[in-house]
Amino acid sequence: MRRGPLLLTFLSGAAIAALFFIPHYKAQAANSMLLEWTLVVYAFALILGSISLWNSHARKVRNRAEGWGFSVVTLVSLLAITALGVWKGVGEGTPVDWIYNTVNSPLASTMFALLAFVIASAAFRAFRARSVEATLLLVTAIVMMIGRVSIGELISHRLPGITEWLLDVPNLAAKRAIAIGVGLGAVSTALKIILGIERSYLGRS
Amino acid sequence: MTWVRQLLAIDRRIIFLLVGAGAALPLLFPLNLPVAVTPRVRAAYDAIDALPPGSKVLLSMDYEPDIMAELFPMSVAVLRHCFRKHVQVIAMTLYPAGTGLGERAISTAAKAEGAILNRDYAWLGYKSGFQVVMIGIGENLRGMYPVDFYGTPLDSIPVTRHVNSYAQLQMVINLSGSSAADYWIQFAQGRYHAPLVIGCTAVMATDYYPYLSSKQLLGLIGGMKGAAEYERLIDTFGDARRGMDAQSLVHLIVVGLVIVGNAALFISKRSGGDGGGPASGSMTR
Repeated sequence: MRRGPLLLTFLSGAAIAALFFIPHYKAQAANSMLLEWTLVVYAFALILGSISLWNSHARKVRNRAEGWGFSVVTLVSLLAITALGVWKGVGEGTPVDWIYNTVNSPLASTMFALLAFVIASAAFRAFRARSVEATLLLVTAIVMMIGRVSIGELISHRLPGITEWLLDVPNLAAKRAIAIGVGLGAVSTALKIILGIERSYLGRS
Repeated sequence: MTWVRQLLAIDRRIIFLLVGAGAALPLLFPLNLPVAVTPRVRAAYDAIDALPPGSKVLLSMDYEPDIMAELFPMSVAVLRHCFRKHVQVIAMTLYPAGTGLGERAISTAAKAEGAILNRDYAWLGYKSGFQVVMIGIGENLRGMYPVDFYGTPLDSIPVTRHVNSYAQLQMVINLSGSSAADYWIQFAQGRYHAPLVIGCTAVMATDYYPYLSSKQLLGLIGGMKGAAEYERLIDTFGDARRGMDAQSLVHLIVVGLVIVGNAALFISKRSGGDGGGPASGSMTR
């Protein structure tokens, strides 16, 4: 039963990987066609996602599960935005644009801005010099936090230079190592999937 | 010591109040703190500044409202610079909720610099699929975007009329708060050799330093600080420079809190206490 999906994965993976390196116009035309297919898959994924969202929240409302009121808001918003978008369009000056600018945009920004408060409280309670390593991290963090903002220049003209060195030398060395490791890991995972060694994406047997 | 214990168990609402005041006051009463320009932002500015008038750049604004505080002022600053230099901009986004922000950034910059839709810039809007769109643009722009955001065919728009792939673009600029930047490097630069400038959030910036060293990126604008530096370079005082005042003060408050917390811990330990800290409750308490 699993031979079909495995064969399809092998052929698609190997073909797309090969097409990346073949500059011939016929290979590139085939590549473009495969890309257009991917766009169609994306479009279906969007429909699938919307249906899944609807089902999941409708179930919560039906069962009066905890927080079902929020599910009602989600469902009403989903319907209203879709209907308004189809009816009036999504360009500048449309109701969808107005809702986006006055509801979605401030709400999303506010959620992210709350991080500053949580981080400040967490830093006060948890960022403690309990060991040599923690002290090293603490001192580096303080230098970075002050040196990377405008006020750092007022405190000492050397601070921005120190932060630049920290970023360019120790940080960059570690980043390079991580990037190479991640790259090799990605290649090995891709090869394992294409060759059928990694099969978890097929689900449980 | 009682006062040390009280300090370690300070009510989180006092911390919130301090941070709130630190963020709000400089926005209400700007401090105009100095902004030093770093070599990475200078390189991004120089690369765009060196483009001759009439050049075409692709600007992808791949972010949503959650990180607009950092990337929206950056978008406006970069767009204003392009418009001032008479560089034509073909703008797009790879995020569905980025459409409204991208459109707002363009209209803000266009109004400030007197740029006109379709003559100085084109707005392609949102298209799903990171890699697919990037490779698609490399193969055939019209295959990805037969029309712009407003439904006008690309051949009817002067800015896009003769553009069919990266080969007709002098530069790609990506302002991103996600892995979209990695894909732009991988495909637009790696595969199609398009000159690339990246703008990203501050926490992401260091991820892209290696690409600067390898010359895969012409420049890097990182976070609100980078946006503020760019604003300084184009000689404007926008949201990023205003925001840097607030960020400076909040950083100072957080550093102050960390120092006070550690000093209290030290005193508490010396006087035989357990030091409080995370053991005394949740980190966010």
